[in-house]
Amino acid sequence: MPKLNGGEIIIESLKKENVDVVFGYPGGAVINLYDALYNSKMKHYLGRHEQGVIHAADGYARSSGKVGVCIATSGPGGTNLVTGLANAQMDSIPLVAFTGQVSSSLIGKDAFQEADITGISLPVTKHNFLVTDIKDLARTIKEAFYIARTGRPGPVLIDLAKDVTQAVAEFDYPDQVNLPGYRPTFEGHKLQINKAAKAINEAKKPLLYVGGGAVISGAQSEIRQMVEKAKIPITTTLMALGIYPEDQDLALEMLGMHGTQYANKATLETDLLIAVGARFDDRVTGKLDEFAAQADIIQIDIDPAEIGKNLDVEVPIVGDVKKVLKELLPYIKEKENGEWQQRIKELKEKYPLQYEADESETIKPQYIMEEIDKYTKGDATIVTEVGQHQMWAAQFHKYKKPRQFITSGGLGTMGYGLPAAIGAQIGQPEEKVVLIAGDGSIQMNIQELGTAQAYNIPVKIIIFNNKYLGMVRQWQEFFFDKRYSSTKIPAPDFVKMGDAYGIWSKSIDQKSELDTALKEAMEHNGPAILDVHIPEEENVYPMVPAGAGLKDMIGG
Amino acid sequence: MTHILSVSVLNKPGVLTRIAGLFSRRNFNIESLNVGKTENPEISRMTIVVKGDEKVLEQVTKQLHKLINVLKITELDKNSIVERDLILIRVKCTRKQRSEIIQIADTFRAQIVDVAPDSLMIEATGTEDKLEALTELLRDFGIAEFVRTGTVALSRGQASK
Ligand SMILES: Cc1cc2nc3c(=O)[nH]c(=O)nc-3n(C[C@H](O)[C@H](O)[C@H](O)COP(=O)(O)OP(=O)(O)OC[C@H]3O[C@@H](n4cnc5c(N)ncnc54)[C@H](O)[C@@H]3O)c2cc1C
Ligand SMILES: Cc1ncc(C[n+]2csc(CCOP(=O)(O)OP(=O)(O)O)c2C)c(N)n1
Ligand SMILES: [Mg+2]
Repeated sequence: MPKLNGGEIIIESLKKENVDVVFGYPGGAVINLYDALYNSKMKHYLGRHEQGVIHAADGYARSSGKVGVCIATSGPGGTNLVTGLANAQMDSIPLVAFTGQVSSSLIGKDAFQEADITGISLPVTKHNFLVTDIKDLARTIKEAFYIARTGRPGPVLIDLAKDVTQAVAEFDYPDQVNLPGYRPTFEGHKLQINKAAKAINEAKKPLLYVGGGAVISGAQSEIRQMVEKAKIPITTTLMALGIYPEDQDLALEMLGMHGTQYANKATLETDLLIAVGARFDDRVTGKLDEFAAQADIIQIDIDPAEIGKNLDVEVPIVGDVKKVLKELLPYIKEKENGEWQQRIKELKEKYPLQYEADESETIKPQYIMEEIDKYTKGDATIVTEVGQHQMWAAQFHKYKKPRQFITSGGLGTMGYGLPAAIGAQIGQPEEKVVLIAGDGSIQMNIQELGTAQAYNIPVKIIIFNNKYLGMVRQWQEFFFDKRYSSTKIPAPDFVKMGDAYGIWSKSIDQKSELDTALKEAMEHNGPAILDVHIPEEENVYPMVPAGAGLKDMIGG
Repeated sequence: MTHILSVSVLNKPGVLTRIAGLFSRRNFNIESLNVGKTENPEISRMTIVVKGDEKVLEQVTKQLHKLINVLKITELDKNSIVERDLILIRVKCTRKQRSEIIQIADTFRAQIVDVAPDSLMIEATGTEDKLEALTELLRDFGIAEFVRTGTVALSRGQASK
């Protein structure tokens, strides 16, 4: 068996896990690992901040469906990862993060750049490890990847004492993991599946409520069959936009706080809610005891702890979405559900998603989304920051395929979008990747423009510039009597900023300019920034105030 | 409502922190938590007394199961378990009060484990109720120091699998 040092063992282990791309930022505690990278064929992307690095790995994971890998040094390198870990944990994204640690003999001595990153990251990782003996290194990496990608995916952190990456040992990558305390359930219970089939066959107004779990599971074709076989209308969470094409008759698009009126109204009328890899988040349900109050609930989820966590369900099924639906489909009777289909059609006609369009030269954010949809033929991968622009991006673009919309849902992390878009582009080099950014959010990891430029990553950055932290301003308008406390945020000159990084940039404020500007940005060979001035006080509608029931929607 | 959970865990670094952290993060109430070695050196057993209704208990159990190093969780049925706490109490006492305290201790099958001119130390084991009753009686004399292990428990009759 070959003798390798710790750094080389990591590289070889990554190869065994089919990793060919890593994101990272060097430092003293990982210098041995970087030395090993120097001679390897592994593609390493140097970010500009460890938060950017981990969000890029996360965007890469979401767009490619693979495990994202990142590297940071000890102390501040590790602590800079924390937001990214929490973000991935909330959205169930598979990541393996390597951090350097001081040498094992120095741990606990407040050594230079020492931080207890396993302690700090405990509540924001699926699991973490501290490796102090090179003999444990390969096995730990094997376990980390297994834990990150199986069951309900999530981030796993491996903290590496510096002497471990220096030491030399025989490299022997295990074929199998031995984790007696970790056995996710994949197959649904037969009896429960039968019960679900019966309920679905008997329901008069069934409704599919599909979430991120269906995307993770790769269940788009089973979802489509469910919809089409028994004519079951489908609404999705923010995390599953595009799992079923949104331009279809039975597609109700997003539900929840900023969901469509027809989706939310359908949840009020349905007699059977079929939750598929969705976790009854409070942004979705509003007031819990009013949510789907007329309905029995079937819930399919791989994580038993999600079943009944927020709402009692009649038919729980623990298992992988794709596997469970495959089992379930043969029992589902073909049906027309004519009256219900008719009602859905009515709801869609009566309460369409709309905004006040006018003939003036102001550029409405919703209009920009429609134009992007048109220009890219609905085919681009849309990545967002967090705020109003994120909701417009969700609402006014028809998503047609899974992994087409990449956003920070659970943590709502401003500053996620730019690095995630870079990672998403690296994960899908053939796709057009468009970042929809707020003028506030993009300033939170703006330094990653350096990364986009350095590797000529052709992300198209569209800034929805309203000169406000718009989402918070909207709440202040509605619920605090327009007392705009600290939400006015003067933007820098984004064109000059782009220039400084050597990135193609342009700013526009007239509707008639949009067409050409979009075209120029999209066709530019490399990253591009299009700063679009939108009305300062445009609001996101419809809206369910926090804690209210879905019937109490404002506007739309 | 209190529940007693018997949890076997792999003896890996940080396993106690993970469990304690889970309880605080998820806003669950721990009454007591005990950890000790088992017949197998790689496995420890924790006895956790949790407060909450059935729904809370279900979430506690499911969330604990998600921890990678947790092997098995059993809720112990209070009717068919042996349940013990151990306490050490230092009671203030004058020479005159000594025999009265010794009598009380005897009644509870407790031991006097240390005698000082102005105090006695008593060791007692038993269920929570019994130990509380004993503590109540001794309170009149003045309790100088007090330490209690919290519950450990096992099912009667057969080994929990
Ligand atoms: C400003 C803002 C506004 C928002 N407004 C809305 C809104 O109006 N509507 C909305 O929907 N969201 C909204 N969100 C997002 C919201 O916060 C949640 O992130 C989102 O609703 C959760 O989506 P989900 O239920 O699909 O769960 P996810 O977080 O995607 O969780 C996936 C679920 O699937 C399970 N799972 C994973 N893998 C599998 C598998 N293989 N098989 C089976 N199950 C699996 C997991 O255990 C988990 O329960 C908003 C976010 C922000 C930042
Ligand atoms: C890191 C972080 N800090 C604060 C918030 C709270 N927050 C949510 S949306 C928002 C405003 C975002 O402003 P901008 O990026 O300009 O988007 P807009 O809403 O104007 O489209 C803020 C401050 C957050 N989500 N994330
Ligand atoms: Mg803004």
